[in-house]
Amino acid sequence: MDMQATKKKLNLKEKYRAMTRDLDWNPSYQKLEDIYPYASYEGVKIHDWEKWEDPFRLTMDAYWKYQAEKERKLYAIIDAYAQNNGHLNVTDARYLNAIKILLTGVTPLEYMAHRGFAHAGRQFPGAGPRVACLMQSLDEIRHAQTQIHSLSNYNKFYNGFHEFTHMFERVWFLSVSRSFFDDAVSAGPFEFIVSIGFSFEYVLTNLLFVPFVSGAAYNGDMGTMTFGFSAQSDEARHMTLGLEAIKFILEQDPANVPIVQRWIDKWTWRGYRVLTLVAMMMDYMLPKRIMSWKEAWEVYFEENGGALFKDLARYGIRPPKWLDQIAQDKDHISHQAWCTFYNYALAANFHTWIPSEEEMDWLARKYPNSFDKYYRPRLEYWREQAAQGNRFYNKTLPMLCQTCQIPMLFTEPGDPTKICYREADYKGEKYHFCSDGCKEIFENEPEKYIQAWLPVHQVYQGNCFPEGTDPTAEGFDPLAAVLRYYHLESGRDNLDFEGSEDQRNFAAWRGQATTNA
Amino acid sequence: MSVAAIKKYEFAPADSVDKFHGAQLLYVGWEDHLMFCAPFAFPLPPNMPFAALLEQVLPPVYGYHPDFARVDWAKAEWFKSGKPWRPDASKSLAENGLRHKDVIRFRTPGLTGIAGSCS
Amino acid sequence: MSTVFIALQANEDARPIIEAICADNPHAVLNEAPGMVKIDAEGRLVVRRSSIEERLGRAFDLQELQVNLITLSGHIDETEDEFTLSWNA
Repeated sequence: MDMQATKKKLNLKEKYRAMTRDLDWNPSYQKLEDIYPYASYEGVKIHDWEKWEDPFRLTMDAYWKYQAEKERKLYAIIDAYAQNNGHLNVTDARYLNAIKILLTGVTPLEYMAHRGFAHAGRQFPGAGPRVACLMQSLDEIRHAQTQIHSLSNYNKFYNGFHEFTHMFERVWFLSVSRSFFDDAVSAGPFEFIVSIGFSFEYVLTNLLFVPFVSGAAYNGDMGTMTFGFSAQSDEARHMTLGLEAIKFILEQDPANVPIVQRWIDKWTWRGYRVLTLVAMMMDYMLPKRIMSWKEAWEVYFEENGGALFKDLARYGIRPPKWLDQIAQDKDHISHQAWCTFYNYALAANFHTWIPSEEEMDWLARKYPNSFDKYYRPRLEYWREQAAQGNRFYNKTLPMLCQTCQIPMLFTEPGDPTKICYREADYKGEKYHFCSDGCKEIFENEPEKYIQAWLPVHQVYQGNCFPEGTDPTAEGFDPLAAVLRYYHLESGRDNLDFEGSEDQRNFAAWRGQATTNA
Repeated sequence: MSVAAIKKYEFAPADSVDKFHGAQLLYVGWEDHLMFCAPFAFPLPPNMPFAALLEQVLPPVYGYHPDFARVDWAKAEWFKSGKPWRPDASKSLAENGLRHKDVIRFRTPGLTGIAGSCS
Repeated sequence: MSTVFIALQANEDARPIIEAICADNPHAVLNEAPGMVKIDAEGRLVVRRSSIEERLGRAFDLQELQVNLITLSGHIDETEDEFTLSWNA
């Protein structure tokens, strides 16, 4: 890199002041509460917005300079990767299925984050957080764009990458990440910044963008490595914003502490549930593995999150609720999630498979307390059946959790052989949950979650068939109609990896790349 | 608690029974058989006999499991919302007290999944 | 004392930065992973402009860290000369 470090007229603090506070003004002919109508209804009390200080002290001019440099690097690498048929250098075409989940389940969240931060930035009466939110909003749309650009190269060659925005709004498992973000952006600006800026960015995104992306690098996926690390370098700023937001809100008024505590509890749990997908991607979908989900969880959540909450204790904040259960779950959730997608491989935009013997041995070493006892017999039985041409495809729709919208696949804390059932009644209707966490979140705001667009219930209501479909016609095949509604081509985008078009094409093209045949 | 909002915040539930074309939802789970990753959701007519659930609805759903052929319904233990419950197979779902979005589970003593792993 | 960390891309741009951090923080532990390095340090970690410039042979603006940074943890304090990560407890 050949960057010029220019001689400064102002020092960093002076420049930050000049380029944030000094751009602000006091309105004279409109009332503050009319300009910022969402600043008080959540109950958070702010007495002095001047106390907000962005530790990075990044100003817009410097922001453009460094972001432009990051973009130049990123696009040079992804162009070279595409030009050189880099996709044929990934370890194994099974890997690409993890990237399909990333494009359909994560990239649209970047766009939602862009909108959310643009909204929050508009609504905060302080100039400091407004500037920080503006930058984060721009970062997030950059992440969406760089991910789409990087992954569009795979869409030229492999199935399941097409129409990811269409799928995001319809496909059953994508409602998990979608409803998570809908929940956040439909909250007020303070809850939004605690949910995404603090709980999601600070406590959780490292797990996706650090160990998983390092795993992408290890599996030869230069495109994902590049956008992943480039995005996470922005996240470093976002985490700083999230932490600053929390400290600022807590320092402003003691009455803010219980409000923030409830949001930390809620959003750590909500984010943790969404990360179930990442757990499965790490343990089952990286052909070459660098660390298990459990190990990543210990480094990035238990150790790092532990340090964070110890630090926040001086404000009267305690660690998020349900940590006991989370600590037990780390031995199980990746396996439970993979088994779920193996069940419902008919209705997903990616392939699943039975791990190889060597991979099962790795899982057994990494999960000595759970894998051989609970999950290996299941996988071996499925393998045996598939070998006889009887691959298991579950065709009956599952019961979903009303809050996280994940099929009720999680087990009781302390007993991995029993599904965890919780329920609540509200205004004469019954609602079901996968956990104490999801139940409590519902009970705190039932009016919000009774509106949930639960994919299974929507199918049964008849809302998930292409327009003009007649479900009463003779021989009506509901599953085929739902797949058409998802824009998935059955036999091509779904089912097992074994025998898939992706598998055949990758083998043929890699053969051409390494021989003269 | 309620939702913090700038104006009145009240909505109709998305899944009330009137939206299911005459059916009501029933959730069913088979204990100790987690090869089926989660309990199932079924839209069923409330006047359907409980026996039809056992004889027509469940067999194609659970039949893949080698334990299912060995299920003795006479010995099955039933739970409704987690509490012991005794259905009458000759009566309808509604007559058995099953309402929209109720959850029932059954345990089949002696059957504990693939190699006893509760799979 | 809790651990702070900084992770950087394992590339040529970051090499002198990583060297400078390790030299200025003898208590830090360098962990290498595919495509990245993660530097853990108990309590506090400091990134010094002068140490980087010494290795780079040119003027360096600490905000250039952004370009090859992956992630970090801890409270940040940034001036022209030093970028510091720390926990208060």
